[in-house]
Amino acid sequence: MRGNKIASVPYALWLALFTVVPLVIVLFYAFSDDAGAFTMDNFSYMGLYAVVFFRSFRLAVLCTVACLILGYPMAYAMSRLSKTGQTVALILIMLPMWMNFLLRTYAWLTILENNGLLNHFLSFLNLPEVNIINTPAAVGLGMVYNYLPFMILPIFTSLTGMDESLIEAARDLGCNERQVFRKVVFPLTIPSMLSGLIFVFIPAVSTFVISKILGGGANMLVGDLIEMQFLGGAYNANMGAAISVVMMVVIMIFTAITNRLDSGEEGGVLMS
Amino acid sequence: MSKNELIRLDGITKSFNGNVVLKSLNLSVMDGEFVTLLGPSGCGKTTTLRIIGGFEMPDSGDLYFGGERINALSPDKRNINTVFQKYALFPHLNVGENVAFGLRLKGVSDRDVEKRVSEMLELVDLSGFERRSVTSLSGGQQQRVAIARAIVNEPKVLLLDEPLGALDLKLRKEMQVELKKLHERLKMTFIYVTHDQEEALTMSDTIVVMNGGQILQQGSPIDIYNEPANRFVADFVGESNIIPGRMPEDCRVEFLGTVYDCVDRGFEKNEQIDVVIRPEDIVLLEEGENSIQAHDRLLKGTVKTCLFKGVHYEMIIETGDFDFIAHSTVAEKIGMQMYLDIDPDNIHIMKKSSLETMTEMEYRLEHDPDAVMEEE
Repeated sequence: MRGNKIASVPYALWLALFTVVPLVIVLFYAFSDDAGAFTMDNFSYMGLYAVVFFRSFRLAVLCTVACLILGYPMAYAMSRLSKTGQTVALILIMLPMWMNFLLRTYAWLTILENNGLLNHFLSFLNLPEVNIINTPAAVGLGMVYNYLPFMILPIFTSLTGMDESLIEAARDLGCNERQVFRKVVFPLTIPSMLSGLIFVFIPAVSTFVISKILGGGANMLVGDLIEMQFLGGAYNANMGAAISVVMMVVIMIFTAITNRLDSGEEGGVLMS
Repeated sequence: MSKNELIRLDGITKSFNGNVVLKSLNLSVMDGEFVTLLGPSGCGKTTTLRIIGGFEMPDSGDLYFGGERINALSPDKRNINTVFQKYALFPHLNVGENVAFGLRLKGVSDRDVEKRVSEMLELVDLSGFERRSVTSLSGGQQQRVAIARAIVNEPKVLLLDEPLGALDLKLRKEMQVELKKLHERLKMTFIYVTHDQEEALTMSDTIVVMNGGQILQQGSPIDIYNEPANRFVADFVGESNIIPGRMPEDCRVEFLGTVYDCVDRGFEKNEQIDVVIRPEDIVLLEEGENSIQAHDRLLKGTVKTCLFKGVHYEMIIETGDFDFIAHSTVAEKIGMQMYLDIDPDNIHIMKKSSLETMTEMEYRLEHDPDAVMEEE
């Protein structure tokens, strides 16, 4: 056991240096003014940005729900493919993730912009053109496109890893195929769905590049706000740190709720 | 036990990826019977069970249930329930809801469900476990839940796929007794799959010995043990000495160069046969013992090894042409000269080619590959 303790020292140091220390610095900034004196002002003035917070949160929730609705059936369909089919589908889903994030998002810009591919296509079909770029819809689309794999992968893994004998047991006890899904497969994938929700929600709520590229200036999100405090014109590192702390708390609450749901499901979804 | 045929397999053939697993299998199971499919892994016993349960479709042949052909009937529509090898309990449901699963699907009222679940849990000795999580139970307890979950539906037939395989020896023996009791009480038909010959002998009304996708012998445990149909059955069920021999006439058998009295008849003159002698049927006599004078043709051998096995000692007696396994409650010194006394009743004769099976070929390939090559 002693040897193990010594072996863990470098990792403990690493965590202290790159997790604990930065966290303390952020907290210090959040609770102090530019002279370094303690203040709560950073939080009390944050109300000014309520609109941005609300927009970010709403968009993140919508994006997460959309990813779930699109991702679950897709993961389910993938899990029913042959082994080769599954591998091909997995590669096709992962492949764009290996491409640079900015590039993928700029690609959407060229599709969605007013004289972009989408509108060219629509006018080619003699359909009315749409104005979608620089709207929340464009930002949402970009987010769903980028984060969908984070929803599909855990659900797919859970579906393919499911013990086949559980499905056979359900059939044996009288389930038809639809009931097998409703009473056994779906409840057993709930934990993976909750992981998917967290994996999508966290990057979605703090995204900033997507809103900048696809949303124009008009759809500022919390991520953009934080960036602005550090790099942009409104330089105010204390405010930036305070916003970050609030975001952290929001994410912690969201994660806690999902974890709670997970343990709540144990041993009783069908109890009613 | 009523004598109506409940399940019949008629020429069932099944292969996976070109691998033939069942070769035109015929099997008949009576109503209320405890039937055990016994054989080594890969013999097709589990596939047979899965075909009866509806989890596999036979490539050809017919499956009858109560006289009705049910080849294409899905598992949920069969009056059959299964206890799976690894229990397959639903981890998202508690013990009570696992047992209630089948009843709820049938739309049984909440009150009746509750009553029957608690009756079932009492039957398997798990009263008051309704609200427990299945993952918190021990292997033996999970096994009982799996049994309760299946029999609460009152199926005509209960299929058990090596249900005791994961339990330790003591628990396994206890569960064997309990399963046997349960069978007597419920009067259900049990079809049990195992590779453990002792388990099969303990519990079954009928044992079906399988190998290479075929049935080698079907009969009561006593028949299977005392009158094995061929070399494979004799070897697989219990320990045995199997010696090639010849029948010069009825009730006379020649092996290891000597002619012995036996009780088997109906063989052709000088037919080549296999002789089976169970280790516990060999009586070891020391030189000079009085009873030796009474026999004129006793095999003589040297004690090669002597191992303590708990109830008895297991000895290997070298006789020159053949090494006998003998059991005795008395240990003999290694190197001792002993006489082997075998009662004519305990010399069992098996036809050599009663079943031309892959196993026999495999067996011979293993033991005498040259002879097999020459034949080909």
